[in-house]
Amino acid sequence: MVDRLWFLIPELILLSGAVVCAIGGLSNAAAIRRRVGFIASIFLIAACVSIPFVYSQIHVVDSSSLYPWLGKYVKFTVGIIGILLVMTSGGLMDRKYEHAIASGKDRFNALRTSAGEYHALLLLSITGVMLLCEANDLIWLFLALELVSLPTYVMVAMSRWSRVGQEAAMKYFFLGAVSAALMLYGFALMYGATGTFVLSDMMTAFAEQRVDGGIAIFGQIGLLLALVGLCYKIAAAPMHMYAPDVYQGAASAVTAFLAFVPKAAGMIAIIIILSIVGWENGLPSIVEMTLWVVAVLTMLLGNIGALLQTSTKRMLGYSSIAHSGYMLIGIIAGPPLGLVAVMVYLVIYGATNTAAFATLASLSRDGRSIDSLDDIAGLHNRSPLAATAFSISCGSLLGIPPLFGFWGKLMLFAAGIAAGQLSLVIIAAVSSAISAWYYLRLIGLSLLSPNTPRSESVTISLRWPLIAAIISAIIAIGGPLVLKSLSSEARQAINQPE
Amino acid sequence: MTLWYLLLLPLIGAGSIFVLRAKAAKWIAIATSSLVFVLSIVMAIQFSQWGTSATGLVSHYSWLNTLGITLDLGADSVAMMLVLLTTLLTPLCVLGSFSAITSRKREYYAWLLILETAMLGVFTAQDLILFYVSFELTLVPMFFLIAIYGGKNRAHASIKFFIYTFTGSLFTLAGFVYVAWKYKVASNGGWSFAIHDLTTFAATLSPTEQGWILLALLAGFAVKIPVFPVHTWLPLAHTEAPTAGSVILAGVLLKLGTFGVYRFVLPMVPEALVVYAPAIAVLAIIGILYAALICWVQDDVKKLIAYSSVSHLGFCVLGLIALNPIALEGAVLYMINHGLSTGALFFLIGMMYERYHTRDMNAIGGLAKKMPVWSFFMVFFVLASVGLPGLNGFVSEFMCLIGTFISSSSNPTWPGVLGPEYAAIAAIGMVLAAMYLLIMVGKVVFGSLKEPEQHEPHQTLPTDLSLREIGVLIPLALLCVWIGVKPIVLTDAMQDSVEEVLSPFPRIVQQQEQAPAKLIDIKDEQHG
Repeated sequence: MVDRLWFLIPELILLSGAVVCAIGGLSNAAAIRRRVGFIASIFLIAACVSIPFVYSQIHVVDSSSLYPWLGKYVKFTVGIIGILLVMTSGGLMDRKYEHAIASGKDRFNALRTSAGEYHALLLLSITGVMLLCEANDLIWLFLALELVSLPTYVMVAMSRWSRVGQEAAMKYFFLGAVSAALMLYGFALMYGATGTFVLSDMMTAFAEQRVDGGIAIFGQIGLLLALVGLCYKIAAAPMHMYAPDVYQGAASAVTAFLAFVPKAAGMIAIIIILSIVGWENGLPSIVEMTLWVVAVLTMLLGNIGALLQTSTKRMLGYSSIAHSGYMLIGIIAGPPLGLVAVMVYLVIYGATNTAAFATLASLSRDGRSIDSLDDIAGLHNRSPLAATAFSISCGSLLGIPPLFGFWGKLMLFAAGIAAGQLSLVIIAAVSSAISAWYYLRLIGLSLLSPNTPRSESVTISLRWPLIAAIISAIIAIGGPLVLKSLSSEARQAINQPE
Repeated sequence: MTLWYLLLLPLIGAGSIFVLRAKAAKWIAIATSSLVFVLSIVMAIQFSQWGTSATGLVSHYSWLNTLGITLDLGADSVAMMLVLLTTLLTPLCVLGSFSAITSRKREYYAWLLILETAMLGVFTAQDLILFYVSFELTLVPMFFLIAIYGGKNRAHASIKFFIYTFTGSLFTLAGFVYVAWKYKVASNGGWSFAIHDLTTFAATLSPTEQGWILLALLAGFAVKIPVFPVHTWLPLAHTEAPTAGSVILAGVLLKLGTFGVYRFVLPMVPEALVVYAPAIAVLAIIGILYAALICWVQDDVKKLIAYSSVSHLGFCVLGLIALNPIALEGAVLYMINHGLSTGALFFLIGMMYERYHTRDMNAIGGLAKKMPVWSFFMVFFVLASVGLPGLNGFVSEFMCLIGTFISSSSNPTWPGVLGPEYAAIAAIGMVLAAMYLLIMVGKVVFGSLKEPEQHEPHQTLPTDLSLREIGVLIPLALLCVWIGVKPIVLTDAMQDSVEEVLSPFPRIVQQQEQAPAKLIDIKDEQHG
């Protein structure tokens, strides 16, 4: 038992961080209260620093999870992007209230602050992703996934005290509950087919069933249901319907979080669950077919949906749906290249998508958050930095070489072709071409077009999100320089060292 | 001495433009691009592979091992010529933009320099992915050059330009990756994207697969050249782009497509090409005649030159697929000549536009009386473009046509699949070119003086050309004469490279004659 606890050191650090943030947020001292973001970042950094020590060769041989090195890669990258996400949330919570207290107009009341809870929930959700990597049975997997999701429901609800925000939270919560139920039902059926919850035992059971003439029908249906449930987490069609509404309804910083953390968790969970049946002898045909249809639908619906939007956040929401579709190509292709590509793409997508949403989070019009495409028109006149960061992130999401996003797409396409999925790759290429329309529109609006009467009053109101956007944009440009080591780490993470 | 200097210097220049004051931007740009030009001349002198088919100036740098992607650079004699064309045109473009660009100067010159890096990357890449990255990277600076500094309709033009080429080349990328994967399977090893490995390997694939790869490659290159049904982005982009943008677009960017055909289509998919060459030739000829007829009815001078590019590059495509050395040398020469003469024509129209703010042939006329120097150059480059013997255009056009003429299966040494009938019909395009270009010259340069009514003289520019503007045109004019008189220097230098590329074709054409390969039925050659 001590062995398994050892690998949870980063999680324990974050857990204590969550407690400290929750308590610190209620402190009487404004100096502590206002710095919960820093506290959260410090714990995230501490968790990242601990990872190389935790995952050394001596310890990893004792690990019982399917992918002993997975945690090193995922925990580190999620931790780093987590810091960016904390920065993106800078100034989101309690800003007006703290102002009022500082100017003496109001008195401090612990019940009315929420920054502490917000950051605690954020850390808990990231802890969930990290826990996921150590899963060696389905129960653990499920609990970790729920730990990722539950805090996000609350984060959506508390991020905006408006009707749309509340509606988004309710929608997100109820649909999330349905998907969790589906997934759990799938797990139960898989248990029925194998008689165990332990992943490695399930693996042997399925392998034996294959030899005896095929995986039990219960097992296959269970797998399918679990995948459909996970499609909700990654916002893949047909479980993507909630995404645009929720992404639009939540504050931009929370949207950045939603578009990355649950999606990363979902992708990792899909990889772990599919590893039970394995890619070596081909996925069960029904599973592969479903994934194929889901990938195609997700890419096309995401990109075509984005074309039709007039809200920046909805547009980016649809675009992040499409990116799940691209990643599914890697999932279908399987190890080694496909999974490496998914792993690398998660990081690329996380960094560049955060840049886009962080730019939006830093802007406001008359004190209110911005949404319409009109609001970002002529952004370069008011803040060349914000406009550049935003455009670079759109370029990277589109996959313009030599930006980071291009290399991710290249790896996914290469993996797809190598797995014989030529038609899938061609559909991906076509939908990439479709996406050029709306990404170019965003770039054109922010970098080229003149001010509109509406966008004149849009200003940079928050500093930290802008800094996060700039850092992410630098990652989008400079990322290719570390691609070599990133991909070799990813190979190690999925047990395929070079 | 490696090619990396050429690629990195403009990037450093672009970076320093942003650091320093806006007033210094154009001087940094002219200094950097001139330095790159001088360096490239030094490299060209030291280049020991002239006249051979070998690749010189090679530098290795392995990069992404998971996919076998490297950053290898190198150039053979044909690539070296195009490198020189690029490094020559860029400083001229910078020099030619001094008076035209008045706002957002820093970005303008920075984008021009980044564009130079991307173009040089295309010509010197020895790795397919590096080639593709450079090929796509050219889109970004050009997109911004058109979208920020273009004419009235710039937003539409820039987006159309980007989407067309981006979409087409995505399929090219898919084709590249497909070949690389096949190579990986066949060699039982890791991935490799080395151009040399993959081109030799792809030629051994079955004709059916080659057919699909040809289609994928053409999807990207045909849009870029542009070949007939997918040419519609070009007139718009040319008309809306600022002068330097049009020059680079016509001078170098279109050549990326023909260079792609030369570099990849010919060696990679010879068997498919032999089958589809007649179909491509028909599209090229339609392009030649159709665009020429459109030129005839144009009032906008810039649009006229833009359409004439479509028409002219049709000859270049014919030369590329005629499969004999005369035609292919003509095609390579055409790439350079078209860059020089059409580039110069765009400069001239830009200079006229700066003074009169119109490009309408009906609004201006008889400029010879007011701007004799400008008129001299205009007539000179129009004649070069029409193909007057003694100037450069004639040599390459004649070589392309004669090569197409003799490209029949009865040719003993270099059998081809085209023939006299193709050349005869395409030659009508030459006649049409003479007509529309000379009509244009007749209207704009000669006759009685006609100026736009509300015309105010430019504040800083003299009535006729300034010394700076003459300085832009002189090098191009000298090269036009030199190539026109002594093309043998260039054709000798590229002869071995060209014959190496063509070496497998005689055998394939003969096999094809005896037993036509069964290929997939593809009616629509151009997807874009």
